[in-house]
Amino acid sequence: MDAVDLARWQFAITTVYHFLFVPVTIGLSAIVAGFHTQWVRTHKPEYLRLTKFFGKLFMINFALGLVTGLVQEFQFGMNWSDYSRFVGDIFGAPLAFEALLAFFLESTFLGVWIFGWGRIPEKLHAASMWLVHIGTLLSAYFILAANSFMQNPVGYRFNPETGRAEMTDFVAILTNKVQLVTFPHVAASAYMVGGAVVMGVAFWLMRRTTDAEDDRLYRKAVRVGAVVALVSGLAVTITGDIQGKIMTEVQPMKMAAAEALYETTDNAPFSVLSIGPLDGSEATRIIEIPGLLSFLGTGDWNAEVEGINDLQISEAAMAAQVGEQYGPEVAALVTADDYAPVIPLTYWSFRLMMGLGFATMGIAALMLWVTRGNRTPSAKWWTTVALVTPLLPIFANSFGWIFTEAGRQPWVVYGLMTTNSAVSPSVSTTEIWVSMSVYTALYAALAVIEVKLFLTYVVRGAEPFVDPAELETDDEDAPLQFAY
Amino acid sequence: MDLPLIWFCLIGLLWAGYLVLEGFDFGVGALLPVLGRHDTPGLGEKRRRVMLATIGPHWDGNEVWLITAGGAMFAAFPHWYATMFSAFYLPFLFLLVALILRNMGLEYRSKRDDVQWRKRWDATIIGGSIAAPFLVGVALTNLVRGLPIDADFEFTGNLLTLLNPVSLLGGAVIVGLSLTNGAFFLALKTRGPIRDAAQALGWRLGAPTALGAVVLLSWLGFTQGTAWTWMLSVLAAVALVAALAFNHQGREGMAFVGVVITVAATTATYFVALYPAVMPTTLADGTSLTVTNASSSDLTLQIMTGAALVFTPIMLLYTTWTYWTFRKRLSVANIPDPVSVG
Repeated sequence: MDAVDLARWQFAITTVYHFLFVPVTIGLSAIVAGFHTQWVRTHKPEYLRLTKFFGKLFMINFALGLVTGLVQEFQFGMNWSDYSRFVGDIFGAPLAFEALLAFFLESTFLGVWIFGWGRIPEKLHAASMWLVHIGTLLSAYFILAANSFMQNPVGYRFNPETGRAEMTDFVAILTNKVQLVTFPHVAASAYMVGGAVVMGVAFWLMRRTTDAEDDRLYRKAVRVGAVVALVSGLAVTITGDIQGKIMTEVQPMKMAAAEALYETTDNAPFSVLSIGPLDGSEATRIIEIPGLLSFLGTGDWNAEVEGINDLQISEAAMAAQVGEQYGPEVAALVTADDYAPVIPLTYWSFRLMMGLGFATMGIAALMLWVTRGNRTPSAKWWTTVALVTPLLPIFANSFGWIFTEAGRQPWVVYGLMTTNSAVSPSVSTTEIWVSMSVYTALYAALAVIEVKLFLTYVVRGAEPFVDPAELETDDEDAPLQFAY
Repeated sequence: MDLPLIWFCLIGLLWAGYLVLEGFDFGVGALLPVLGRHDTPGLGEKRRRVMLATIGPHWDGNEVWLITAGGAMFAAFPHWYATMFSAFYLPFLFLLVALILRNMGLEYRSKRDDVQWRKRWDATIIGGSIAAPFLVGVALTNLVRGLPIDADFEFTGNLLTLLNPVSLLGGAVIVGLSLTNGAFFLALKTRGPIRDAAQALGWRLGAPTALGAVVLLSWLGFTQGTAWTWMLSVLAAVALVAALAFNHQGREGMAFVGVVITVAATTATYFVALYPAVMPTTLADGTSLTVTNASSSDLTLQIMTGAALVFTPIMLLYTTWTYWTFRKRLSVANIPDPVSVG
């Protein structure tokens, strides 16, 4: 493997891993803040117990999201220095904004929330979790604005004097039409993950408990989680549909790659599954819905969808024209051997994203149904369902990103710079081998530790209720209500 | 207004803020085996938990100063960010590993009541709290010392280029300053025997650090000093001596302020010595990166300046508020029983 392949593998590993924890952080912070608010409003013990229980799970997850996020920021400069030079004038600002507006807010108020029990007024305490949640959303907004620029560059010009892309309109970058639909799509997906975590964990505990009060507690959490997952799933579906249409307009190659559609076709079908190599030779499509790809891409069942073969020609022509206009140095940035992404990867990740997402919604609906009234299903396989439930939307998120990023290849910034020309020239393949091995080994070990600890805390269940009013004291030797 | 100059100063401030703030939480982490030890069974563990409780609400926010410094370099000086981060490839890899292990230790160590579990995480906290400031010190000293950078802004050296004696000394000084900072912070934030122990440690940590800092800053002064860097260096040295004297008198607040000034003045010395370069080259046919040739466009810098003007005060306000909220001194009496998760 050469430096580009290695750097790409490292980026894929570290980013997919990072994003296992991010949606949990975004989604769960909102739900914990909701439980906490309910506690402050009603002072019903169940809400405090739920706040503390899911708050602990949130913290176990947050730790890994944070540390793997550090790697993300360093990685652009370390492995992708030519990318950083070429788009830093545009791409850097959202990252700096993210740190200044989002990370400080998130980290500071999480510290306040964790250590604030008994030390700050309860309204402020609940508000601090909301501030953490707002921080996560702001962070998502800025990093997605940066990513949307890579999908659909706007608000910039190429400056031949400095040989780089430069910002001309920051508002245009923040309101990129790709961004305006990607942000709600990603946020809703994160809520779906949060809902599924709460629902799956609580469902497992509900089936295990023999205590009537605990049963009521977990049942409430199951139903809250299921409703969140269902409603946000609906939002994911709607925003995803709009996203498909915008993608067809700004990145037609990605839409063609989603279906492995080689020839430009009217009334283009969408295959739910297929067998075969997906390389344009005859693949056997199983369950094909006529016109559905046309509809997903344009809103019209009969519309023409451009195929990979035609798009190869038009993208090569576009690149050649840019090269001609700005000379050989720029031509090198936009020239690729193949303008199509890895088709089986885009084809399958697109289906896995949607399939896992819809499966989550199905399970949420099912769980609402089987827990209605005071019912609890007794069949053993429900244990498996409960444990698998949180993983489904998390992996749906992963596949969504794999599709988005792999589907943009060979470009790192669509139409502006290829991934091949983005790596650090001064970094050797040995160095990337070292870093990739270190990250992979470290992340694998941390994953094992995290999952074990998470499950330990799940098994432990919600702690019994202790009225915080009884713990209030002015004694300077009083034990802290929370300490490491 | 000279926007690149403003951003150069802001980035210097962010690094100074990082070294001051995370400096004391590095120090607290690194001193766990020293101050968190006791012959009475169980008391050592309680002491360690007191120490961690003093930085508990703050260390995560402190670390954001590093992320913001990195983000600001990326946005304001893309070439600086690109050259520096790719040049320091392996040191930054180790820095990230150190920070990851340390952070995980802080978050996870008390989540199980298990001696082995805590011992292992303590090791990552201690190791990370020493390795991280050391690597940052090595990196920043290499910046000032100059690196082989060619005409395309690419680093042409290797790991050994970075491991020169002066930069290793720079790393050691930053570790020493962090340890001193941590000891003074603990003296300020705790009660009882641990406070006395932290205070007593101040001199033993501060004196060798002061010696190292004098050698380091003199090297810097004699090789590339100006009147300004000498003044800042003297300020750093005087503040450190004053801090040790205040500590000796038991004036903990002033001692802490003294060491904060030392760390900030040392960072300022580095940045003033750099200016107008941001990464000077040691190659005759190379090109130094400067605030002019490494910077972003005016528009980007204007937008960033506007955002910094509005949001930095807000951030400083709530950060200060958290330090006020958690101002109470802690002792082993404040430590609750460990969680009962086995």
